[in-house]
Amino acid sequence: MSARVLVGVKRVIDYAVKIRVKPDRTGVVTDGVKHSMNPFCEIAVEEAVKLKEKKLVKEVVAVSCGPQQVQETIRTALAMGADRGIHVEVSGKDYETLGPLQVSKILAALAKKEQADLIILGKQAIDDDCNQTGQMTAALLDWPQGTFASEVNIEADKLKVVREIDGGLETIKINLPAVVTADLRLNTPRYATLPNIMKAKKKKIANVKPADLGVDVSSRLEVLKVDEPPQRQAGVKVETVHDLVGKLKEAGRI
Amino acid sequence: MAAAMALVRGVRFGSYSIGRSRSLIFNSLQRRGIAACVDPSIGLTDEQKEFQKVAFDFAANEMAPHMAEWDQKEIFPVEAMRKAAQLGFGGIYVNPDVGGSGLSRLDTSIIFEALSTGCVSTTAYISIHNMCAWMIDTFGNNEQREKFCPDLCSMQKFASYCLTEPGSGSDAASLLTSAKLQGDHYILNGSKAFISGGGDTDVYVVMCRTGEKGPKGISCVVVEKGTAGLSFGKKEKKVGWNSQPTRAVIFEDCAVPVTNRLGAEGEGFSIAMKGLNGGRINIASCSLGAAHASVLLARDHMCVRKQFGETLSNSQFLQFKLAEMATKLVASRLLVRQAAVALQEGRPDAVSLCSMAKLFVTDECFAICNQALQIHGGYGYLKDYAVQQYVRDIRVHQILEGNDFFCLIHVSEMQWFSKLSWSSPALSPSSNTPDSIRQLIIETLRPEVSQKR
Repeated sequence: MSARVLVGVKRVIDYAVKIRVKPDRTGVVTDGVKHSMNPFCEIAVEEAVKLKEKKLVKEVVAVSCGPQQVQETIRTALAMGADRGIHVEVSGKDYETLGPLQVSKILAALAKKEQADLIILGKQAIDDDCNQTGQMTAALLDWPQGTFASEVNIEADKLKVVREIDGGLETIKINLPAVVTADLRLNTPRYATLPNIMKAKKKKIANVKPADLGVDVSSRLEVLKVDEPPQRQAGVKVETVHDLVGKLKEAGRI
Repeated sequence: MAAAMALVRGVRFGSYSIGRSRSLIFNSLQRRGIAACVDPSIGLTDEQKEFQKVAFDFAANEMAPHMAEWDQKEIFPVEAMRKAAQLGFGGIYVNPDVGGSGLSRLDTSIIFEALSTGCVSTTAYISIHNMCAWMIDTFGNNEQREKFCPDLCSMQKFASYCLTEPGSGSDAASLLTSAKLQGDHYILNGSKAFISGGGDTDVYVVMCRTGEKGPKGISCVVVEKGTAGLSFGKKEKKVGWNSQPTRAVIFEDCAVPVTNRLGAEGEGFSIAMKGLNGGRINIASCSLGAAHASVLLARDHMCVRKQFGETLSNSQFLQFKLAEMATKLVASRLLVRQAAVALQEGRPDAVSLCSMAKLFVTDECFAICNQALQIHGGYGYLKDYAVQQYVRDIRVHQILEGNDFFCLIHVSEMQWFSKLSWSSPALSPSSNTPDSIRQLIIETLRPEVSQKR
């Protein structure tokens, strides 16, 4: 199969870091904080590389949008087995307000330009938890989507996707080209091996600007305030079930 | 000042509850929101940061959760190490044409430092294994390299480094294990002590005496497990390093083919010492990892433990103690990395830097880990808490691969060499320096000197 897969990877604050809100409450502290690839994006890259190893796709292209630092994230994807990278340069204010709508416009434009047959994304990013980019990208391209995928198989010209839904597991068959978003149980991402990290150095990362793709990255949203969640209040101890029911009624819970 | 304040800020603002459960404690090791000043990725290239990231991830996911079990049950974690080898950690500075990763000494130091946060003992063994693989790669001929290195790099087979004997530790050149030539075999007789991996490993790199007394009579041979006449003593019970077995290795008329000799006869001691230069950096790097992990554990404990109505993190004394620990950690790291760079560039000061690094860093890092245990109070003494394992595991780093006392001799002699060359007082025949030490210094620190004398 001569398929080309586009994988979106996002550079986010590392999952293990304790998040702190900036004193001016416009966002969270990102300076000097450890960043890494979004865990769901890692799963997406792993799936793409697995498809390549099964010889079901020919090329895996890793894409990331952001300032210079996102090149680290693209390199990690290259070290995991992606063939080349595309860095869409977005910096400063534009980067702070970059959201799913703009990213999906960028991905849609790139998919057309690179003639991709499959786009695999993480289901959501752990910093904003939007869970929108995959769905929006599919809509913009008018492609079918297989979201929350826990299993992906290519059968002839179609994609069989097992989705994790509230009620359990749903299996759907969609035509290619399509957009798939990776859920937690899709696979376990591999560690990059030392030789692969060194090979990744030689792989190319192309630089592109949103304007080159005809995309306007200005945001329609304005962040008004960012606050920490309220401190957990102490509970109240009760002696009997009667007291418990009474208190719950008082609090309007029942 | 800024560094101290940065670390203190980290201490002050971190506030969450941490139970005594081990998994939460290890999560804190993964908390990479560490104060920027002790961040081990500062000053590294992008590629080195990638290496480090893989090593940290591997340590956190594959080693740290089992660290305590491996220690308590004395398990040699073959599967975990083979997984590490698949990532390229089996022969980090071995040539790629025989399966190694072909990285530099600095890359290696960074990797071992990160791996060590997951389990010092296992990482230290991996570093010994790497040292042996490098010795065969560097000093072996092509047949030997192709025979042994691929299996060692993939950790299909494991290696041990056999130099020390019951009667010769620091005075390594006085070793007695003899290797008498009989036809096309050497017949080995003698025993080695304190051999890491002994009995469980497959390939033994053995320094033995083929010639006269002193370092010039020592050769290096590779002995495979299963060779007739090769046996092992009982497994030693140790304070730490329990995930690697330590046994005596005994040779009783053990016949080893001459084709297993690395280099020429009489080169064995020099080979051993060159292996140890890198070994010292590796061991120092393992100490760094333990100290790094301990600083984070101490910091986290201080955010949680309350006494006198407030968390320990509000105590100025403890804040300063933590800042001191952080400072010494960073200083140690810089010295190790400098030594690594000097070694890979073949600089003349490389040997002394390696000794200085090992001497300084193992001492400082032990003090850091010990201090971290102290900060934990009574809890620090419990095996439920990881900090005591770091303390126990790195205590031995001050002893092996060049006892600190011996490193001092190394370094002090190098000082004289650089100033006075031939007239070093310790080298003068009328000095009190024992013959063997004088010989050792001449042979290993400035080999060209011995030819001129």
